[in-house]
Amino acid sequence: MSDLSTANPSRAKGFDVQAIRRDFPILSQEVNGKPLVYLDNGASAQKPQAVLDAMDRYYREMHSNVHRGAHTLGDRATTAFEGARETVRRFLNAGSTREIIWTRGTTEAINVVANGLAPRLKEGDEILVSHMEHHANIVPWQMIAERTGAKVIPIQVTPEGELDLDSFNSLLNERTRILALAHVSNVLGTVNPVAPLIEQAKKFGVLTLLDAAQAVPHFQPNMQELGCDFYTFSSHKLFGPTGIGVLYGRAELLEEMPPYQGGGEMIERVSFERTTWNVLPYKFEAGTPAIAEAVGLGAAIDYLNALDRPAMEAAEMALLERANELVPSVPGLKILGNAARKVPVLSFTLEGLHPSDLGTLLDQQGIAIRTGHHCAMPLMDFYGVPGTARASFAFYNTLDEVDQLFAGLQKIQRLFT
Amino acid sequence: MTASKEQFLNNPLGQKTTLEDVLDDFDFLDDWEERYAYIIDLGKQLPEFPEDERVEKNYVHGCQSQVWLIHHQDPETGRLYLLIDSDAMIVRGLAAIILVALNAKTPRDLLATDIDELFERLDLFRHISPTRGNGLRAMVGKIRDIAAAEAA
Repeated sequence: MSDLSTANPSRAKGFDVQAIRRDFPILSQEVNGKPLVYLDNGASAQKPQAVLDAMDRYYREMHSNVHRGAHTLGDRATTAFEGARETVRRFLNAGSTREIIWTRGTTEAINVVANGLAPRLKEGDEILVSHMEHHANIVPWQMIAERTGAKVIPIQVTPEGELDLDSFNSLLNERTRILALAHVSNVLGTVNPVAPLIEQAKKFGVLTLLDAAQAVPHFQPNMQELGCDFYTFSSHKLFGPTGIGVLYGRAELLEEMPPYQGGGEMIERVSFERTTWNVLPYKFEAGTPAIAEAVGLGAAIDYLNALDRPAMEAAEMALLERANELVPSVPGLKILGNAARKVPVLSFTLEGLHPSDLGTLLDQQGIAIRTGHHCAMPLMDFYGVPGTARASFAFYNTLDEVDQLFAGLQKIQRLFT
Repeated sequence: MTASKEQFLNNPLGQKTTLEDVLDDFDFLDDWEERYAYIIDLGKQLPEFPEDERVEKNYVHGCQSQVWLIHHQDPETGRLYLLIDSDAMIVRGLAAIILVALNAKTPRDLLATDIDELFERLDLFRHISPTRGNGLRAMVGKIRDIAAAEAA
């Protein structure tokens, strides 16, 4: 536990969603005259009081620069900052805090890896991604492919929204160098069967990266069981502050990779003749880091750790089940993605309405969802839609809110289609 | 096929349906449902848009949905006639409101029209998202650019 932990979810055991909701101040407001129904958690999740308090307390009582000052505040800040890193290490069950790099988010984490692996790539090498990736797990690879002559190849997706395993098997070969996959699809909610795919990829000596931005808000990963080389996620989707994220990487690979940015903190010694790099993880953390944000993320993880995780996951599944039951109550409603294993995410279209119309008309009823291409244009093309509406649930959402979403959709359909 | 002169001249918005009509109607709308139902209905007055004009040069960038805009200037009167198309119903409605204010005017009259004041009178910006507001401004911006070019 980081010593800043004020995490104390308002329940002892089991899962009292009303008590949980009181931990999230933003949820109790009205929007457009209606109680807020926040179903855009996949874009960014809300923050519990414990996170707000930890960041506030950090700035009030201990702020200073880290790893520098010969004074008490500097020590306090460093202890809090490194405590948060240890909290993340335990959350991921990683071997060492040397393997936990702070980044600005998932996007930057993937860019650090793509940039760091570029020296290994040459003409004709192949980077496997999937057709359901977020642009953040496509474009950085395209950029280093451009530089090195490697090729980015997409694994196909089935109409149900699962990875096509035949496609994976046929594409994996001795030219494959990197496999970069979403742990969970941001559009479809599909939980990909990553562990066996990683195992198979390793037989070809392939390095593996998971984009876990949409996974960690729903379940706790275990680096020892997954066996991936790199794991990336963002704090703000994990109920922590914006502006910070995590790159887990296997130490031997991080050691070999060149730094991403140059500057202060990341060096061991600088001279005009020769500059040498700092040790892990600092080699990848040029400049003054997002200290308060790291502390906030630590507090978010402490908060989650204090929850009854199995009960929380069961409650989330109940939300998804209720949503699936209600789908037929809105004629013309089409769900994209019906994978056997999903987190509570519902991407949909409603016949006769553009997703942006749906977003506006739900917002008028106090219901917040995401509309558009979700930074996954190849997947939109695959389904032949310009975009979708997406309701993404968190553990603080209620069954009643699911009902309100569908009542809202029924109303829109009655009035406007 | 490309748009015929008649398609431009027969656009009811800004001609048969006037700005005064819309302002009068708007006064009677109370809640969001009525307001949006009205905006969407207004969008149904947009004349058919020629399929082959849905190309990059007619595309309005900055909207969440796809929007196309073409124009025709009547050589005799100098008036500017506009056609707009979108795949989203609310955007079509907002485009219709823009057209009742700006369609079938000379470039000079068009440029003299204070569209922001109209939006304010309709209380539109308060009820639409900032993203949507940007799309609205993008459409108006493109129309004003056309008017400025034709006036020159």
